[in-house]
Amino acid sequence: MVQTAIPIPRSPGTDTPAWRHRHLLDVDALSAEEIAACLDTAVRMREARTRGDRLRNLERQVVGLAFAEASTRTRVSFEIAATSLGAQVVELPIHASSVSKGESLADTLRTLERTGIGTIVLRHAASGAPYLAARSCGSRIVNAGDGTHAHPTQALLDVLTLRDALGDLAGRTVAIVGDIGHSRVARSNLHLLTTLGAAVRLAGPPAWVGAFRAWPGASVHASLEEALDGADAVMALRVQLERNGGGGVPSLREYTRRWGLTEARMRLARPGAPLLHPGPTNEGVELTAALSAGPRSLIGTQVANGVAVRMAVLSLLAS
Amino acid sequence: MTRLGSIADPPASLLLRGARVVDPANGTDGVADLAIRDGTVVDPADLPADAIRIDAEGLLAIPALCDLHAHLREPGDEQAETIASGARAAAHGGYATVCAMPNTDPPLDEASRVAWVRSLAADAACRVRVIAAATRGRAGERLPEVMELAEQGVAGFSDDGATVASARVARALLGYLAPLGLPLIEHAEEPGLAEGTAMRAGAVATRLGLAGWPASAELAIVERDIALAAETGGWLHVTHLSTAAGLQAVRRAKAAGVRVTCDVTPHHLALTDAWVAGDRRYAWEAPDGVGPFDALDPELAYDGSCRVNPPLATRDDALALLAGVADGSVDAIASDHAPHPPERKLVEFAAASPGMVGLETALSLGLAAVAAGCLPLEALVVALAVRPAGLIGEARSLAVGAAADLVLVDPGATWRVTTDRLASASANTPLLGRELPGVVSLTLAEGRVTYAEGLPGVD
Repeated sequence: MVQTAIPIPRSPGTDTPAWRHRHLLDVDALSAEEIAACLDTAVRMREARTRGDRLRNLERQVVGLAFAEASTRTRVSFEIAATSLGAQVVELPIHASSVSKGESLADTLRTLERTGIGTIVLRHAASGAPYLAARSCGSRIVNAGDGTHAHPTQALLDVLTLRDALGDLAGRTVAIVGDIGHSRVARSNLHLLTTLGAAVRLAGPPAWVGAFRAWPGASVHASLEEALDGADAVMALRVQLERNGGGGVPSLREYTRRWGLTEARMRLARPGAPLLHPGPTNEGVELTAALSAGPRSLIGTQVANGVAVRMAVLSLLAS
Repeated sequence: MTRLGSIADPPASLLLRGARVVDPANGTDGVADLAIRDGTVVDPADLPADAIRIDAEGLLAIPALCDLHAHLREPGDEQAETIASGARAAAHGGYATVCAMPNTDPPLDEASRVAWVRSLAADAACRVRVIAAATRGRAGERLPEVMELAEQGVAGFSDDGATVASARVARALLGYLAPLGLPLIEHAEEPGLAEGTAMRAGAVATRLGLAGWPASAELAIVERDIALAAETGGWLHVTHLSTAAGLQAVRRAKAAGVRVTCDVTPHHLALTDAWVAGDRRYAWEAPDGVGPFDALDPELAYDGSCRVNPPLATRDDALALLAGVADGSVDAIASDHAPHPPERKLVEFAAASPGMVGLETALSLGLAAVAAGCLPLEALVVALAVRPAGLIGEARSLAVGAAADLVLVDPGATWRVTTDRLASASANTPLLGRELPGVVSLTLAEGRVTYAEGLPGVD
């Protein structure tokens, strides 16, 4: 077995790392060059994993997983990513509510930092919690999803998946469908896709998309059909079933009839346009089971790319 | 040197020489000498020989400020503020009078509790007037014993922190208060629209993924209460009005002869919702349009010190409120001084307690607006001092014979907002670390030196 460390990309013609951030709080601060450095590193991680190389980019480092909100796939993905790079992974006891346990998020992280944890992967129900974490302790913070604000590694894996399928994303059109308002995935994708020169179309019930008219590079569409028309790729979002009551649609049935993705509706998009979904899917609500399992679906690829992207992010931050 | 005094101190004899005296009550603005003796403004010829002479050239002499809305937190939350510390903050900020909000623990809904607060304030650094709770226990259901509270000299009735949610209760209170000449001081926030929110709805909230309450939440209650005031003849005072739409409603009601007044806070005049995203430009410096959508500053974004209720609004709202102060449709600038200890602010944004301290920065933010050309100085003095005093039965005049409530401020000097510099027991403000114009060098409350700094012979 080959033991190696994947080299970190440098800016062209220099010895300066192409990645300049201590934390990954969102993707809004990333330049196109940094995005490319991350995705290129992820591709090399993916290849190395396929070959079965034993990577040691994070050898002798400790990565803490602080998941204050339920998550299965993201936590597992980060855990596999960190261990695949030779890191020791520990679960950190973070509670969703800062008041219920008497110790604030800031105090908890400040204490844990003293144990020598270099990188903390934080999932939290409150938008902005990773910013508070970054201000409170000296560890590197990776945002694994904060409230309805950002999910940077999900957006990076989405863009890697799209780049694999479509090539350069500049000038491409991506339709995002569903509950944009409550979606941290949509927000981070809006930043990334527009930075890379893609146009983003948004469609969904008015209460879920209307507020995004001001977002630069995004267009809000009254109908699903208009948003899908000629799109190069389509991204479905999970309908938060628990939010249905106060959340902008009278019923899931009405949502599915109007905004649910079917093969027939997907034919409005560019022929062969891929379909993405951050998961977990509600089949029969935001998309049909046939679409989810069909040839357009890149949902499985997204999950596989998730590990590679998280390996890239952890390595870049630690470099 | 800094001197912190009290309203129980003996009155000073002072001659302030050569200040620019801005005295809107008497329509004067010019360089003059001001003589103070036995708590009143006197003719300089009547000063005793040992009166302290102060060279006030280059300074501004204006009537002392009057705050209609401050949270002094005592009883119940003395770690955040006490009547004594809040009053010292007021004196440092140029105030001679502060109205204390009743959302304490227990709330100020009984005459005996009001009397207790008044006794605590007897030797404070400013006069403290009490606002009584609008409903018993601030529960929104039953009126307190209004007449007995009125006998304690309360300045009005408010469930501030929340709207009087029941229109029936608000109508009953306005009607009961009408003959007393005391206002219902309303915190206008429709509860259903504001529930579960942490900031103002709009482009910034959308960008940050934070739930926000829309401007209509304020307008719905303002319009409801205007209708109730019109029907009952009661006096409605809308406090911390934060939106252009709310101000327009107040303007229409005033024009229609309804008894309605309003105040705005310094932070709603100067700051915008973009501060939650880490932008630190004043409203008048902010560019057109919305945002920011560019990268957030990790040091400043989601800072709990920017959480306040009503939430910071848009640049257009702030500029509309400034225009309202300038044209007089806003009656007063009130601080909504809301102290909190760090542990209630250094938390996730939506978990942060709403409110910021404001007594010590109100005049400075106002002077920043004046310096930016957004507000005439006279309008600022009227809104900070003259009209709020008039609303609670005080006067602010610098004419001979008037009570010597005045402040000397150096409008050209600046000061840095630091924890050390603030007299408040709390320092929860996003202005911390910032350089602000306008250094107060002397505050007088009925001729008593309640604050002095850098004045030889006084401090």
